[in-house]
This record gives sequence, C-alpha cells and structure tokens, in this order.
Amino acid sequence: MAKLASKSSRHRFDTSSLLLILITAVVLLYGVIYPNLSVVTSSLQQSGVWTLANYRGVLSQRIVLESILTSLGVSLATVFLCALVGVPLAFLFERYTFPARRAFAALAALPLVLPPLVGTVAFIFLCGESGILARLIQHLFRLQNSPWSLRGWPALLLFHTYTMYPFFYVFVGAGLRRVDASLAEAARSLGASGSIVLRRVLLPQLTPSLIAAALLTFMISMASFSAPLLFGGNVRVLTLEIFTARQRGDAAMAVTETVILAIISLATLVVFQRYEGTRRFVAAALKGSTRRRQPITSGRLRTVATLLAILFSIVLALPVVTLVLVSFAREGSWTTETLPAAYTTANYLRLFSEPQSSEVFINSLLMSAIAAVAALLWSFCVVTLVVRRSRSDKLKFISQGWRRLLSLLVLVPWALPGTVVAVSVAEAYGKPGLLSGSFVLVGTFWILPVVYFLRFMPLVVRALQASMEQLDPTLEEAAGSLGARAWQRFFRVTLPLVWPGAVAGTLLAFVIALGEYVASVIVFVPANRPISIAIASELRDFNLGAAAAYGVVLIGIIAISMTVAGKLERWRS
Amino acid sequence: MPLLSLQNISKSFGTTRAVNDVSLDVSKGEFFGLLGPSGCGKTTTLRMIAGLEQPDTGSIKFDGKDITTLPPERRGFGMVFQNYALFPHLNVFENVAFGLRARRKSKAEMDERVAGALELVQLPGYGKRRVDELSGGQQQRVAIARAIAIEPVLLLFDEPLSNLDVSLREETRGELRELVTRLGLTAVYVTHDQEEAFALCDRISVLVGGTLMQSGQPRELYEQPADISVARFLGRNNLIRSMRLSSSKSSEAEFKTLEGDHTLKFPVNHDELAPLNKPVFLSIRPEHVSLSLQNGRNNNTLTGRIQEIVYGGATSTVRIDANGLLLEALVLQPNGLRVGEECSAVLAPEHLRLLPSE
Repeated sequence: MAKLASKSSRHRFDTSSLLLILITAVVLLYGVIYPNLSVVTSSLQQSGVWTLANYRGVLSQRIVLESILTSLGVSLATVFLCALVGVPLAFLFERYTFPARRAFAALAALPLVLPPLVGTVAFIFLCGESGILARLIQHLFRLQNSPWSLRGWPALLLFHTYTMYPFFYVFVGAGLRRVDASLAEAARSLGASGSIVLRRVLLPQLTPSLIAAALLTFMISMASFSAPLLFGGNVRVLTLEIFTARQRGDAAMAVTETVILAIISLATLVVFQRYEGTRRFVAAALKGSTRRRQPITSGRLRTVATLLAILFSIVLALPVVTLVLVSFAREGSWTTETLPAAYTTANYLRLFSEPQSSEVFINSLLMSAIAAVAALLWSFCVVTLVVRRSRSDKLKFISQGWRRLLSLLVLVPWALPGTVVAVSVAEAYGKPGLLSGSFVLVGTFWILPVVYFLRFMPLVVRALQASMEQLDPTLEEAAGSLGARAWQRFFRVTLPLVWPGAVAGTLLAFVIALGEYVASVIVFVPANRPISIAIASELRDFNLGAAAAYGVVLIGIIAISMTVAGKLERWRS
Repeated sequence: MPLLSLQNISKSFGTTRAVNDVSLDVSKGEFFGLLGPSGCGKTTTLRMIAGLEQPDTGSIKFDGKDITTLPPERRGFGMVFQNYALFPHLNVFENVAFGLRARRKSKAEMDERVAGALELVQLPGYGKRRVDELSGGQQQRVAIARAIAIEPVLLLFDEPLSNLDVSLREETRGELRELVTRLGLTAVYVTHDQEEAFALCDRISVLVGGTLMQSGQPRELYEQPADISVARFLGRNNLIRSMRLSSSKSSEAEFKTLEGDHTLKFPVNHDELAPLNKPVFLSIRPEHVSLSLQNGRNNNTLTGRIQEIVYGGATSTVRIDANGLLLEALVLQPNGLRVGEECSAVLAPEHLRLLPSE
C-alpha cells in the first residue's frame, strides 16, 4: 500500500473513496468469502479436527459418485441437445425472412424468464403422464394407460432443452449479427464454395459464441434442481443429493457435496470469463456491414420454414397456455379428461382473499424488493471501483489485477448453484461465529433477502457496469471543466445517463428473486414463506388450479417488469 | 508576466514518456497553438493545463498562482473537446447552462447568458433542441457556446474542428478566431493540422515525441525551423545532406552536397557556422526552387532530370533527380516541362537554411 501511495503522491486519498472500498470489502467478506470459506472448512473438519474423512466418506459412497457422474452426464447431454436445437434455429431465424418469423423471434427467449419451478409445473400439466398431451394421445388411440410417463433422463433432458436452448439461440444469433458480411463475400470472391465459407469463415467466428453458450448451459444445468426434484425419478443429481442430505440432517455430507458442486461450477465460470473476453475482442475487431436477412424465395422451402416457425412458436407458448388453462380449472374437475371439464375464477379469488396466500405474495414481493434495491445501491459502489473512468480517476491507484479480482468475486454467487449459496450461508450464519458474533441469521426473516441479494446482485452489477463502460468519459471531464464538483458530476451527468441500465438490471434481479425456489426451499421459515414454496406445497396437496394460479400471477408480474426493463434498455440506446 | 506558464512539465503513462520537460508561456489575449503529429503529447499537455491530468514533475502557473494540483472545476477554464462531449440527456439550453448552474447563477442571469452565448455562435433560438438532432457543425457551436458561457479566464480547444468536413472546417475556423478576438479571450488550441494552426494562432509551439521543439510565430516556424523534425513536420521541405567546405568565408558559406556532389553557397551567421567535417542538413522549400529549361551556370544552379510531375490544380509538384540528389519544386504551371527531360533548378541563396545539427 505504501508503494501504491507513493506512486500517486499528488492524489489526495479522500474519505468517499475510502468509504466505497470499505462497503464493498465488507459485503464481499460477509457475503462471498466468509460463507464459502465456512463451507470449505466444515467439509474439512470432523468434530473440530482437521481431516479429509468427509471426502473419503462421501466419495466412497456409490450413490454420491453416481450423482456426480449423473450431474455431469445430464449437463453434457443438455449442452449437446441445446446446441442441436438452438444453433440451426439461430441460423434459420437470423439469416432468412419468411412469414411467421417474427412470431417465433418474439417468443424465443420466453423459457429464459420462466421461473424454473413454474416451468416445471407447467411441463407436468402439459407433458406429464396425466397431462394434456398424454390424455390426448390416450383418447385418440383409445389406450388403456397413459402412453408415457414423464420420469427420468428423457423427461429431464426434454425439459432442460426447452428451458436452456435459448442460450445457444441468443448467443449464436448475436454472433451471426456481428459477423461482417464482407468476409463471406471476400471468401466467395476467392473461389470458396458455400460449405467452405461456412466451415472456414463463419464457424471460426462463431466459436466464441458457441463456447460461451455451452459453458453457460452447462453451469445452469449443473444447478438445476426443480426438474430433478419433481420428475427426475431415479436420476439422482448432485443438487438433489445435497438437499436430501440436509433434510436427513447429515450436515457433513451436505457440506462436502456442496464443495464438490461449487468447484465444478467455479471452474466453468473461470473458463466462461476467458471466452467472454474473446467475444468482446471479436466484436471490437470487426467493423463492417451485417448481412441482411435473405428472403426465402423457393416456394416449398418457404412453406417448410413458415410451418417450422409456427410449430416452434406453439411449442414455446404451450406450457404457459397450459398453465393459464389449469389455473381456471375447478379443483377436482380434471381427472381423466384431456382438458379440465369445469372452469372457475375461484383459484384466483382464493389467492387474493385468503390471508395466507396474500401473505405469501407480500413476503416474496417484499424480500425480492429489499434484495433488488440493496443490490442496486451496492452495485454503484462496486462499479465505481471496477470501471476505470479515465486516466485522471481518483481511484486509479487500484491496479488492474485488483479490479479483475473484484469482478470475479462479484460473479461467484451468480456462478454457484442456488443450493450451494443457501447451504454456505446457512453453514456460516447458522450458529454464532467469528464474523457474525452472537447473531444467528438462519431461522429469521432476513435469511431469504440476504440469499436473494447474494444470488442476483451480480446481474445488477453487470447491467450497471455495461452502462458505465458505454458512458463517454469526456462527459464527466467536460462537466468538471465547467465547474461541477464530484457530487454534481455524479448526480447531473453520470446518474441520468446510467440509471435506465441499472434499473433494468434491478428489475431483472427482482423478478428472478420473485420466483426463486432452489435456495428458498433450503432456508425458508414460516415467517418468510415465498411464492415458490406455496406453489410446491399446493402441488403436493393436488391443488393443481391453485398452483397454476400462483404461477400465472408470477408470470404476469414478470411480464410487466420485463416490458418496463425492455423499454428502459431501448430508451437508453 | 505571462498569463499561463508551464514550467518543466513531464508526464509518463506506464513506461511511455508522453510529455518531456515542456516549458511554455502564453500571454493574455494570445491565441496560442500546440501543434504536432498524433501521439506527440499535445493533448496530454492541454489536459494538464485543464487539470484533467496531473503532471509527474514541473508546475503550472496561472496569473502568477501555482495551479498544478488545482482540480479542473476550480480553474474556471472553458474547454472544447474533440468529440464535443455534449450531455446527451440535456437539451441545448441545459448544455450551455450547465456551468452556470454549477455556479448557482440566478435564473435571469442564466437565461441572459445562455441566450447571449447561443447568439455569439449563431444558434439563437436553438435552446429547446435536443443535441442529437443537431448537425456536426451545430453541435460544435453548442460546445463552444457552453465553454464561453462561463466567461472563462482561459479557453482550451482539443482539435475541435477535426470532426467537421473540409469546407465547414475552414468556415468555422474563421468564425472561431473572430469570436475569440472579439471577446478578448486567451486561447490554447491543440491541432495536428499545420494549415489550421497557421491560420488561427498568434504563436505556436511544435511538439514532437513529447518534447517541445520550437515556439514562435507561424512565419518564423515555417521559414526558420529550429530543427530537422520541425522542418519535416511543417510543410514539404527539401532536406539536403551536405558538408561545409574549408574554402567558405565567414560571410558566405560553401557546402558540398553528399548526394550529387553539387556546390551550394549562401550567407550564414558566423556563430551558426557548421563544423568542417561533419554532415549537416540544408533545407529549402519546394516553392523556392525555380526551374528553367535553359542551362545556367550561375551559383546554386543544379542540372537534373525530371522524374515525375504531379498535377495538383493551382500548383504542381515536379520531382527532379540532380545526379542522385532528389529535389522537389513547386511550380504554378508546368508548361514545357516533360518527364525524362533535363532542366536546371535554381536554389535561391536567400531561402537556403542551415539546420542545426542534431
């Protein structure tokens, strides 16, 4: 530090910079470093003695080894299937125009904003063994039993592909838009055929997008919990193992498995970060015209493409449509029929009239709002430290290495599966400890806002960081030369220009927290029961209509928030 | 006493020395230019004057007071940025009023001064417009209005015309100079465009590679470059490597060119006489090389073959190979000259210069 200070001897070390550093350090220490260290240390201890016994114990159990391999297997298969679906769709919809193209393009990212639990529930209603599709086939062909059961590997992979293919679709689509059209033209003029252009010009440029999409899909799939829980059947994945170990009261096993899962996820994050860097490099290196979408002229191909677009739009919309339909079904009216027989608004009326259900809504809204606003405020501290505004920055004594470490630490909770975050917070603050003193967080209302904050603040930080990096640094310099003090520059120039991006990120964090299930199910208490827990318990009690109604209201709130966020994004650019 | 004074300013970024021991003075009411090729440290120097960068060593004085570490917002200098740096979320009025709000001026005074500034840059009534609706030239005027609205004690320009197209650039140049003179302002103007600097500035400092090579009036710099890098940077120049002959007298020096083995004679001051056996550079501007088809045997007349004639509209450039010495001459009409033919080139003694050796 002395070395750093002497280098910038002409800079005064002011209190506001010190405060920023202090706040950031404390949140990272309490929220990221300490909980994760606690998990690691507990996994390496048995009744207070340092030992590897936990790992030996865990890894010697067939079922644990199996669950690790299953998690990896499911995730790899998911990546493969998502690429298989997402890449051709990106090519088709990004490079050609035809009727009904827009319908699909509008719905394409829908699975990304569907809360995993709600998506799972909708899938059960649609594709389950007593779901609409199965009943339809059964009635059409007059079968005795349901034609299939939604269980195990096929069910899991089908659901994962439905929810995660958008990563490939969106990343490759964006990659295609960035590819300079003149490169393909240059290759053509040099005598390359269409397939050579694809193989030697287009695909190499898409590689960073493909790898980023693959890594992201892999990470999300490793963290998947709702689907394996509700229709995984005998497929035992790691997240589920951790949950059941905790339910059994086997804390040592839960903690040890958590560390293993965390290591896999963080390793993926590190690789992902490197590829994200190259992706930006590619974008910066290429400045040219984008290829315009070509109309498909051949009549037959045009028909096929149009039918595909319509088919995929229906596939994308069906789970949500099903959910809406079931939410209006009278409880008990849907037994063996293809569609529910009787409809009512009672499910919704119950939702808004019963104090128990309105309390659930208030809990979720309140906790998500607390987490999102805290994330917004905190993100300004972090981004001020991470983004180097100009060479005359007061904080320029923070080296590039520290800034990178800071960004990585912020991203850690985002890369860790919700199960891991919940277990680590529970482990660190479940009993009086070194940093928390006699305060025990577990069992209080505040545990969930804290977990939501940790899980989703990276989204807000990234959004604000992107806005901040786009901001022309000479604007602040101009304000300075016109006589504006630091606080005037912030409130009159910086804030008015970055708030749309920051608020869009905050809304995203808010809606994701609203449907959060994975971590909530591990640490919730009666005082803070969130919507997702209510949905799961309605489902367990076979109150399908009520479960669906919760889901529909949740989707409604998400849709409104995302529309506002989208407007803000557009407004910003 | 100079209004602004830079004393031995140096600034490094990492291992690169951006500005190296620069000292210069700017007097009140002067339009002062910082001229140099890109990456020469001129913008860094301007940013240090503005307070946007801190020099590593040296000091900056304004009106006798040391302002080296004073933050930009307390200097009261107006600055016009290369990309204008207009606030995209504020309209024209609010952009121009920005510095007045920071100074907590009354509404009446603000209205009056913004209107006055917009009047001066010939954009009256544009206050309600959004800045992204304006053309490049108009945005540039708003940037100037914003800088003069605060009634700056010093006006700084960072290549303000480089984003305009050629015809607009020349027009704006004239208006800018007129405006600064009318308001009695002192200005420091950064540019890499020699023609622009010559047209605008009373005095210019030429920076090359972070070092200040020469300061002076435009004519002085052009006709008496202090150094080979200045001679190269300011306009085209024939640089002739030569050696002084022992036969030279103190009033008229005699040089032998290393290429072509020609003898050149011209008067030099005794104290700048070059050492006898060390190569030096002589320089002469292409416009001072006159060509004729007759063979002359006068002093400083070289015979050469025409290599290339580049037609350039009002003037043309003729390249001549005089026995291995390559020369450029600027002629109004290349009448009668033909590539491949012989001609004689006269290097007028009064325009030949001896450049100080490096």
